[in-house]
Amino acid sequence: MSAVQEVVTEAPVIEAVPKRAMTLGAGTSLVMLALLILVPFFVKNFIIFQLTMLLVYGLAVLALNILTGGSGQFSLGQSAFYAVGAYTSAILIENAGMNYALTLPVAGFICFLFGFLFGLPALRLSGVYLALATFALATAMPQILKLGYLEAWTGGVQGLVVTKPDPPDIVQGVLAWFHLKMSQDMWFYYFTLAITVAIYVLSLNLLRSRSGRAFMAIRDNEIAASAMGVDVALYKTLAFGVSAAITGIAGGLGAIAVQFVAPDGYTITLAISLFLGMVVGGVGWLPGSIVGSAFIIFVPNIAEGISKGLSGAVFGVILFIVIFLVPHGARQVAMVAQHLLGRLKKR
Amino acid sequence: MNAAQTAPATSPLLAVCDVSVAFGGIIALNGVSFEMHHGQILGLIGPNGAGKTTLFNCLSRLYQPSSGDILLEGTSILKRPPHRIAEIGIGRTFQNVALFSNLSVLDNVRVGAHARTNSDILSDSLRLPKVRRDEAALNDRVHEILGYLDLESVARSIVSGLPFGTQKRVELARALAAEPKILLLDEPAGGLNHEEVHALGDLIRRIRTDRKVTVLLVEHHMGLVMSIADHVVALNFGRKLAEGTPAVVQSDPDVIKAYLGSKDQ
Repeated sequence: MSAVQEVVTEAPVIEAVPKRAMTLGAGTSLVMLALLILVPFFVKNFIIFQLTMLLVYGLAVLALNILTGGSGQFSLGQSAFYAVGAYTSAILIENAGMNYALTLPVAGFICFLFGFLFGLPALRLSGVYLALATFALATAMPQILKLGYLEAWTGGVQGLVVTKPDPPDIVQGVLAWFHLKMSQDMWFYYFTLAITVAIYVLSLNLLRSRSGRAFMAIRDNEIAASAMGVDVALYKTLAFGVSAAITGIAGGLGAIAVQFVAPDGYTITLAISLFLGMVVGGVGWLPGSIVGSAFIIFVPNIAEGISKGLSGAVFGVILFIVIFLVPHGARQVAMVAQHLLGRLKKR
Repeated sequence: MNAAQTAPATSPLLAVCDVSVAFGGIIALNGVSFEMHHGQILGLIGPNGAGKTTLFNCLSRLYQPSSGDILLEGTSILKRPPHRIAEIGIGRTFQNVALFSNLSVLDNVRVGAHARTNSDILSDSLRLPKVRRDEAALNDRVHEILGYLDLESVARSIVSGLPFGTQKRVELARALAAEPKILLLDEPAGGLNHEEVHALGDLIRRIRTDRKVTVLLVEHHMGLVMSIADHVVALNFGRKLAEGTPAVVQSDPDVIKAYLGSKDQ
């Protein structure tokens, strides 16, 4: 906590987040976790499903945050990695009969390779040019998924239907003692929550480690990083690989939650949404990922509630207001809140 | 600890042999040769455009000489990519300070030790016991250096908010974290005031003695070079103009001419 306070009193707004401020305090984190565990008991299945998607997109935004906030590389191609993860899980579950939980590491691994390999040619690009290259990837992906050659696996334009997993018998057995029953949605929510928390912790570890420092050194000054012995090409591609792997796992979880994959679910719109989520959450601030995810899931619905015909315009106005008021996203809000709390405590 | 100390004192630590660099038709360096010995402070001087920075960039492997060779303890460094120079003991600072501006002083110095540590993304993410041990050892070393350079009080500050003079010291600390045999300093006095330059001179000498580092100093500030260098190499128009002790180089007629009589600057 004190680390965050220190940063608040420092020069206020800077391009990227200093490493110390990348996390929440232990107390705040536990409160957040308790909320995420308890809320499903009080809401309907549809809301639980939406909360699952909140975590799934939260993971995808977190992945982009590691890439952009950590290593300073832009990507508008995250939807492509998300699609590869989703299809990997769907194909393995439906065609190979694999257990859904086991498909996720496979999806992560395949996406890591995909991201790493994509990172190699992308090494020659930076800034807006890199954004354009990743944009091309996002545009190409839905068409690749529709290709006739792959139809036997991907189901072509139709896509694939994925069965939603039942809660394990042990869980149901224990709950039966209390005359309770767990729904599929609730089980999958907790499954997703466990994976999300694990990946969040691993990501924090990574960014605080030697590798994470190498990412951030590259973000801040490539030539100096190289003079310190950091293999710039290696770490840039690794950042792409890690980001793609997490996005792929999110994609796999998303496919199971939605019970369906189809090419048109993974267009450039998804990539732009994730990008938006990152900016709203605060670039480089990992806890903000969940706020960004909430923004891209719920605000379009709110906009539609305000005006059916002009929902896009209303969304735009809301986005504009948010960016105008808090250009550094949720991170800025959190820091102001922390600052005020600190003052209250002193009194 | 320092392998350089085991080599016989007579063999040069670094030998620049007949190095030439051409950019298109422009010859930036033309057959420059000199040697650096263990524990020396070597001053590299010359007017603007003399080729100092070009030579400096050859040493840090940002430029590839078109001919000639650079030997560290008898082995050519020219086959190494820039990121594999730190591990053989060549550290550097930058002319206008190139710190990792969004990172704290601690983290900047930790990155400095990148070449002296190792890890992979998987064990880093899992924070395996080995990673914890390495980080603890690294922290001890980093804090020792921060204490040495009187930076403990700003250890947790973000470097972009620090005064320029402090940033320069952070850069020195970052370079020292890699335990270099040779420290390349690119115009360290630039932007400093009179007292700061004086303190810097003392600091460089202190570092040379305490940490057994050989220093290559590229500098405009004649006063600094002449007061702390053991050996001076003067360049002009890409050629070596003169070489010797500060007194000898200072009274060399060619050098005086090149500087248009600014020797008593």
